[in-house]
Amino acid sequence: MSDSEPEAMAEADGVPSTKLPPHLELRRTRVLCKVDAPDNTDTIQYSGAYASLGHENSLRFADFCKDFRVDITRISDDDMELDMVGVDPSIANAFRRILLAELPTMAIEKVLIANNTSVVQDEVLAHRLGLIPIKVDPRLFDYLSENDTPNEKNTIVFKLHVRCEERGQRLTVKSNELMWLPKGSEFLKTSESLTSTSKPETYTSFTCSQDSMPEFAGNPIRVYPDIIISKLGFGQEIELEAHAVKGVGKTHAKWSPVATCWYRMLPEVELMEEIEGEKADVLKQKCPAKVFEIEDLADGRKRATVARPRACTLCRECIRDGEDWEKRISLRRVKNHFIFTIESTGALPPEVLFTEAVKILEDKCERVISDLS
Amino acid sequence: MSAGKEGRALSILRDVFLANVRVIKNNFRPKCIYVAVMLRRMMEAILNKDAMDDKDYVGNKRLELSGQLISLLFEDLFKTMISEVQKQADNVLSKRSRSSQLDLSMLLVKDSITLGLERALSTGNWDVKRFRMHRKGMTQVLQRLSFIATLGHVTRILPQFEKSRKVSGPRALQPSQWGMLCPCDTPEGEACGLVKNLALMTHVTTDQEEGPLISLCYCLGVEDLELLSGEELHTPNSFLIIFNGLILGKHRRPQRFASTMRKLRRIGRIGEFVSVFVNEKQRCVYIASDGGRVCRPLVIADKGISRIKEHHMKGLLDGARTFDDFLREGLVEYLDVNEENNALIALYEQDATPETTHIEIEPFTILGVCAGLIPFPHHNQSPRNTYQCAMGKQAMGNIAYNQLLRMDTLLYLLVYPQRPLLTTRTIELVGYDKLGAGQNATVAVMSYSGYDIEDAIVMNKSSLDRGFGRCIVMKKHSAVNQKYENGTSDRILRPPRKDDRNKKGENPDWERMQILDNDGIAAPGEIIRPNDVYINKESPIMTKGSLKMVALKDSDYKPSRQTYKGAEGESCVVDRVTLCSDKNNNLSIKFMIRHTRRPEVGDKFSSRHGQKGVCGTIVQQEDFPFSERGICPDLIMNPHGFPSRMTVGKMIELLGGKAGVSCGRFHYGSAFGEPSGHADRVEAISETLVKHGFSYNGKDFLYSGITGCPLQAYIFMGPIYYQKLKHMVLDKMHARGSGPRVMLTRQPTEGRARNGGLRVGEMERDCLIAYGASMLIYERLMLSSDPFEVQVCRACGLLGYYNYKLKTGICSSCKNGDNISTMKLPYACKLLIQELQSMNIVPRLRLADS
Repeated sequence: MSDSEPEAMAEADGVPSTKLPPHLELRRTRVLCKVDAPDNTDTIQYSGAYASLGHENSLRFADFCKDFRVDITRISDDDMELDMVGVDPSIANAFRRILLAELPTMAIEKVLIANNTSVVQDEVLAHRLGLIPIKVDPRLFDYLSENDTPNEKNTIVFKLHVRCEERGQRLTVKSNELMWLPKGSEFLKTSESLTSTSKPETYTSFTCSQDSMPEFAGNPIRVYPDIIISKLGFGQEIELEAHAVKGVGKTHAKWSPVATCWYRMLPEVELMEEIEGEKADVLKQKCPAKVFEIEDLADGRKRATVARPRACTLCRECIRDGEDWEKRISLRRVKNHFIFTIESTGALPPEVLFTEAVKILEDKCERVISDLS
Repeated sequence: MSAGKEGRALSILRDVFLANVRVIKNNFRPKCIYVAVMLRRMMEAILNKDAMDDKDYVGNKRLELSGQLISLLFEDLFKTMISEVQKQADNVLSKRSRSSQLDLSMLLVKDSITLGLERALSTGNWDVKRFRMHRKGMTQVLQRLSFIATLGHVTRILPQFEKSRKVSGPRALQPSQWGMLCPCDTPEGEACGLVKNLALMTHVTTDQEEGPLISLCYCLGVEDLELLSGEELHTPNSFLIIFNGLILGKHRRPQRFASTMRKLRRIGRIGEFVSVFVNEKQRCVYIASDGGRVCRPLVIADKGISRIKEHHMKGLLDGARTFDDFLREGLVEYLDVNEENNALIALYEQDATPETTHIEIEPFTILGVCAGLIPFPHHNQSPRNTYQCAMGKQAMGNIAYNQLLRMDTLLYLLVYPQRPLLTTRTIELVGYDKLGAGQNATVAVMSYSGYDIEDAIVMNKSSLDRGFGRCIVMKKHSAVNQKYENGTSDRILRPPRKDDRNKKGENPDWERMQILDNDGIAAPGEIIRPNDVYINKESPIMTKGSLKMVALKDSDYKPSRQTYKGAEGESCVVDRVTLCSDKNNNLSIKFMIRHTRRPEVGDKFSSRHGQKGVCGTIVQQEDFPFSERGICPDLIMNPHGFPSRMTVGKMIELLGGKAGVSCGRFHYGSAFGEPSGHADRVEAISETLVKHGFSYNGKDFLYSGITGCPLQAYIFMGPIYYQKLKHMVLDKMHARGSGPRVMLTRQPTEGRARNGGLRVGEMERDCLIAYGASMLIYERLMLSSDPFEVQVCRACGLLGYYNYKLKTGICSSCKNGDNISTMKLPYACKLLIQELQSMNIVPRLRLADS
């Protein structure tokens, strides 16, 4: 889309958009967090909501382009925080929902247990294995549908064979004991073993070894290393094969690529009047998140300032004692500024997760558009 | 004749009347005095209502313990055996000519005592004929449903009298129960208030030898009853000394006597459970050493100063001292309910005055084990604690450390049980923190989706995916390799495999026997489906008659396989198989069949405050609200659960739990624990919350997961310990279209176990009548139930029959088929008509055209 188009549209409307009066502008853009309850939590969507005031409330693409901004404030291997400015809560929420439920990952779905003499029951063991994050890019794999045979394109096979050999010792089995089997399952299907003389049939039908694929050559598939799977007493043994397949968090939380993912609206703390002297000290003391700071004025007076509004956790301590404090300080949330946090489980780095989520939303929008036209 | 009667009367007076006062050398004087004292008391009670005894007073009650009951039973059995022998011996000796010498040991009936004891213990029926004692239910199978159920069961006290009586006195809470019996733990319904539970520190005394104590009393200046006249006995300056209900004599300085006795008890010269009670009103000193009294330990104080000092407590904490050392050194003593009346007990050391004689150890010990699990019970409405006491016993979790080795008939386990975030001292003392039955769920108190009305809770699907509320149900199935009287026995065979063929070339059953090992018994770890055989057993066809010792052929056996009957679609696993011998020395094979379940809609959950609810719906995590820190609740509870229940303790549990998670210290909520530091104060909890950036009131700013906007209220959110109760829909859901019918009435069977129908009862019928839906009634009550076609004779009104040869209905009383009409009738109605006919009542049907 060219830049000139939206401008032209705005002019074509012919409605000269006036600014809203400040009290309405506040209600439109901020959530007021009062002592008893938050106020103005909803966004006003209707384009004609302020028509009587001569204000046009529709979302303009040009404005969106101008205002929309994504800043990454913190990023590490498995979590990141970003600021998303200039979108509606529903859009931010869509990203959150997609990240939680619709982004595919690989997770262990089938566990073939050859031997399990540990105290952990087979089903529980399988459930625990399922929740272990696998460090592999799910985009390299296909979904395994019901009638598919498991092959190298849709299944990852791990092996776990541990036995506690030391008398009087407890062996802790951790997830790094899971060995990747690039050639597929090693367990033979017992039923047909007599008839077929050529190649014994296993539970997967891999045509080639996965480590011959360029993506995995020299980069074996691993799982998140130190998760306790079970503990073994002397002589106890676990021998199993785990088959991981692709899925989405909607079906089971084990496929969710994020530990959790959420946003908060940008906090805004306004001092409605000057708070000076002793009261400033009291205010600074009150806040456990250290939002307020004291500023020394030239004439030796002290004045409270809002130094770190982002740190506000909305504990409402500052406005708790009496109505006068509620009048002095106004806690707000900016309705179109989201502090988005993504905590990845390790399958994909958080920034990739976010871009993938954007792609999924894009796909969805395209589907809606194509269905409508 | 009259002499005989007189003698009998005398023997009754001597042996039966007031049997506790023994008559030695025909000296009836003590008995006379006893009767006189009784009369005196009676007259006093008539004149002065305050002198009446209270029969519900705990000090006047005795608990019967297993030892006493068994000794009673043994005595009876032994005496019966002796009398049997005596009778036999008399029989033998009365014979004129005896060939052999009399051997009394030959006359003993073998194992009569063993069998009698075994019978009483296995049936629970205590029949002691000599005392006309016929009691049922004296033995019970120990509840192993959960750890708390077991503990609750062993501390239970059952009343002797029947429960149906509508009296409030014995059911009411007695002030004298304080510290001895739990005020909360009692069942609801007919046994309410009658069935009680012991408090945490209660001790039930056992019998102690009386002789030394009696002589000690005389040594301490008790004037013997024998030497006193009636007038002397009741002189105003002396007290009667009554020992275990026996008048020993009198004492001129009762307080001095009592304090000497107590001193002797504290230094350990007489048993620690002997009680000395000076009753000023009755001018008596009661000394009791009998069994069945309830007593509890208290700290001794001298003039209001506790005998337990700092260094004693340090020794206790270091493990250098134990409670018994405290008892032996006279720092702590046991008081029974009566002796408590002579004590002035301060609740805390700081409340003690110079008159104080004792100090309570801890106030939370007035509660029992079950009530001790509740955090902040003193903030709850009292019935809620009672409800929780009943519900804690149904919670799933751990039952014992050896739970995976036990072969219980039914075992409910939680996959990931947790220790409560908000604990109490009782929890630590009984070990509930090691064998928990529940999980700490993050609860948001808000309404959501409408599927949370009437105490239903909304659950987070992701939490369930991650293991919240997952449980294991194990059921025992057993098979016996029976031995028969003709020497034959069952046998267990290797199962047919896929390629095996029998003589006819068939192999019909191999599919059902895939899970069997080669020994014919199901292998542990195999998935068992409905109709799978778990033991391939065969029984001999001939089990009685001649003792043929020839080897039996295969054709002499018939299959008696045992198949697993479970619900379709459940995937159960054979968990364990044990081989053992039963009491008839048969090989008994037991299978534990395990089923792991995740919570589903309709499963019952409860917090520790008597707030039970079923799972109303399961919602995806993305639709759940989330807080500014990214916390998403595990379940949502409707706020309407609070106002009428008044379970403030639950709210404090939430606050304390939230503070606990944020600061990393388990918080406490013991009953009445705030002054002594065994419970955290709300103010302190709020401070911790604020320090970690939460609101002091525990309410968080939440965003809706559906719209993405903030919610229009702050939501009370935090962790609460939730129990999963054993009632699950999977075990209860039931529906039927068509199915089995009862043979007699041809109506559908009743109950889930028999795949029965759902009854349209009287009240439902009334509704349909009132509504006017007569066709529906017709359909439900007859067509869908037991329709039956009958031939009715219009002439005589009796039922006829249908002759298939002539293809007409015939009336058997009119002997013709002229006036026959065919009509439909419920089979039960036809049955009634015929049953009435069989007892000479003739019901006649009058037919009219409709």
